[in-house]
Amino acid sequence: MKGKKKDYLLLKIATIFLVILFLFIAQRSFDAYILRILNLSGIYVILGVSLNLINGFTGQFSLGHAGFMAIGAYASALLYMSPELKEVNYFIAPLIWPFSVIQVPFVFSLIFAGLLSAGVGFLVGAPCLRLKGDYLAIVTFGFSEIIRVLFNNLQSITNGPLGLKGLPTYTNLWWSWGIAIFTIWFIKNLVNSSYGRALKSIREDEVAAEAMGVNLFYHKVLSFVVGAFFAGIGGALLGSLLMTIDPNSFGFAMTFQIIIIVIVGGLGSIAGSVIVGILFAILMEVLRAVESPMNILGLKIPGIPGMRMLIFSILLMIVVLFFQQGLMGTREWSWEWLHHKLTRTKKELEEGS
Amino acid sequence: MSILKADHLTIRFGGLTAVSDFYLDLEEGELVGLIGPNGAGKTTVFNMITGVYHPTQGEIYFRDQKITRQSVDKITALGIARTFQNIRLFANLSVIENVMIACHLRIKSSVLSAAFGLPSYLQEENYIREEAEKLLKEVKLENFKNYVAGGLPYGEQRKLEIARALATHPKLLLLDEPAAGMNPQETKELMAFILEIQEKYKLTIILIEHDMKVVMGICKRILVLDYGKTIAEGNPEEIQHNPEVIKAYLGVEANYA
Repeated sequence: MKGKKKDYLLLKIATIFLVILFLFIAQRSFDAYILRILNLSGIYVILGVSLNLINGFTGQFSLGHAGFMAIGAYASALLYMSPELKEVNYFIAPLIWPFSVIQVPFVFSLIFAGLLSAGVGFLVGAPCLRLKGDYLAIVTFGFSEIIRVLFNNLQSITNGPLGLKGLPTYTNLWWSWGIAIFTIWFIKNLVNSSYGRALKSIREDEVAAEAMGVNLFYHKVLSFVVGAFFAGIGGALLGSLLMTIDPNSFGFAMTFQIIIIVIVGGLGSIAGSVIVGILFAILMEVLRAVESPMNILGLKIPGIPGMRMLIFSILLMIVVLFFQQGLMGTREWSWEWLHHKLTRTKKELEEGS
Repeated sequence: MSILKADHLTIRFGGLTAVSDFYLDLEEGELVGLIGPNGAGKTTVFNMITGVYHPTQGEIYFRDQKITRQSVDKITALGIARTFQNIRLFANLSVIENVMIACHLRIKSSVLSAAFGLPSYLQEENYIREEAEKLLKEVKLENFKNYVAGGLPYGEQRKLEIARALATHPKLLLLDEPAAGMNPQETKELMAFILEIQEKYKLTIILIEHDMKVVMGICKRILVLDYGKTIAEGNPEEIQHNPEVIKAYLGVEANYA
C-alpha cells in the first residue's frame, strides 16, 4: 500500500513535469494556428468542467453558461484594455468613468471577472434554483438572453452591438491550460469531498437529501456560484484569445456548444468533459473542410456555412440515442487506473521478452 | 421528559382534511406504533413532524423547542431522522457514500478547505468515513460498502436506509414501514435489530407498520389512525380488543341474528 502511494506520487510528478514540458515546447515552437486550437481546447475544458458541476454533478440543468461567459469577457476586457484603446473603441458613446481610465494587469482582471460572474451567479441562482428540471433550464436560458440584450444596449459600458475590438492577446497556453488544470483539480477535489457528495445526493433524490440534513438551497447555489466563477474566467480568456468580443457571440449557440461537451462527455464525468472539450476544439477546426466548396466526382457542392454545427447536432443525437450515459458515463480517470495500466504493460513486456 | 409533542395537528389539502386534531406526547425512550388502514394519514404525520408539510393548524415541539415551520434539513440537524415508505436511497451512489452523505451535516470545514483538501478537512473526512464504516458493520453491510446502493437486494436496502438515518445522529427515529416486503425470517431479524439500536443509541422511535406481528411485538404504545382521526390509543392488548379499531380494519360486523 505504501509502495503504491509512492508510485502515485511519482506518477503525479512525472505527469505534471511532462505537461509543463509540453506546454513549454508548444508555446515556443508550434505555429499560431495550432496554438490557437490548443488554447481553445483549454478554454473549452474550463467551460465544460464548470458546467458539468452544475448540470452533471448537482443535476440542475442550466442553460446560462454563455451569460456568465459574457460577463467575464466584458468585465475583464474593461479592466485590462488600455485607456487609449478604449477611446478608439467607444466612438459612438464614450465609456463611463471609472472604467475609462483604469487599467489593471491581466491576472487581476481574470480574478475580477470570475468574482463578478460568481456574484451574478449568486443573484440569479438564489431565486431560480427554486425551480426544477425544464423550468430551471428555461429561466437560466432567459437569464443568458437578458445579459445578451442588456449588453447590446448598454452602449456606454459595453459599446453595444459594435463589441470590443483589437483586444490585446494575453491568453497563451500557460493561462489557458494553467487555469484549465486548476479548474479540473479544484472541481475534482470538490466533487470528491463531503460537499460534492451532498451535491450528488441532490441529483439523486432531493427529498431524501433534504431529509438527511443537506441544505438544498445552500448546496445548489454553491454549485451554481462555483460554476459561474469558472465560466466567467473562461469567458475572459476566450475574449482575450479571439481579440474581439460582441454580445451576440455569447448567444445560445455558445451555451449549446458547452452543453454538447458536457453531454457527450458524460454528465457527471470530469474526465469526459476534458476529453470531449479537447476533441471539440480540434473537430471545430478539422470540420471547417465541410464548409468549404467541394468537388466530389464532378459534383460541385458550394460551401455551406454552419455545416459544422449540423454535424455536431447529428453526433449529439447519436450519443443521446446510443450512448445515453455519454462517452464516459460517470467514470473517471484516476491515478490508480494509470498506474494499473503502466504496471500491466511493463509486466507484459517482461513476459514477452 | 417529553421529547416530541404534536399539539393538535390538522392539515388540509384543498378540501381534504388528511389529518385532523392529531395529538401525541412522546416520552424519551418510547417505541410507539402508528397504524391504520391505507390512506389514514400515517405518512402525512411523519411528513409534518419532519417539516416536509406544514400543518394547517397546531404546533410541533421537539424537546420543548417549536419546530413547526422549520425547514426539513434543520429539523434533521436537531435530531429527527426518518426512513421512507418507498425506499429513497441515493441509488447511483455507493453504499458507503449513502451513509457519509448523512454525516455531511456535521462537517465544520468550509467549502474552500474541502476543495483545497486542507488537513483540517481531511481529518473530518477520515472521521466520517470511519463512522460510516462502523454503522455499515452494524447493519452487516460492510462487505457491500463499495457497491452501488440501487443494486442491493430489497431487504438490504431497507437496512441501509436505517443506517443512513442513524448517521445523522438522531434522538427520534421515524420508521415508515420498515418491514414492507420482507419475509418472516427477515421481519424477525428486523424486530430484534430495531430493539437493539433503540437500546444502543438511546433512541425514541415512532413506527408505521402494517405487519401486526411487528407492531404488537415491539411497541409498548400504539396509536390508530383512520381517515386522519386518532380512533384509539393504548397498549397492544387494548388495541387488539378495541371495537373501533376492528371496525376500521374489518368494517362493521353484519348482524345475522
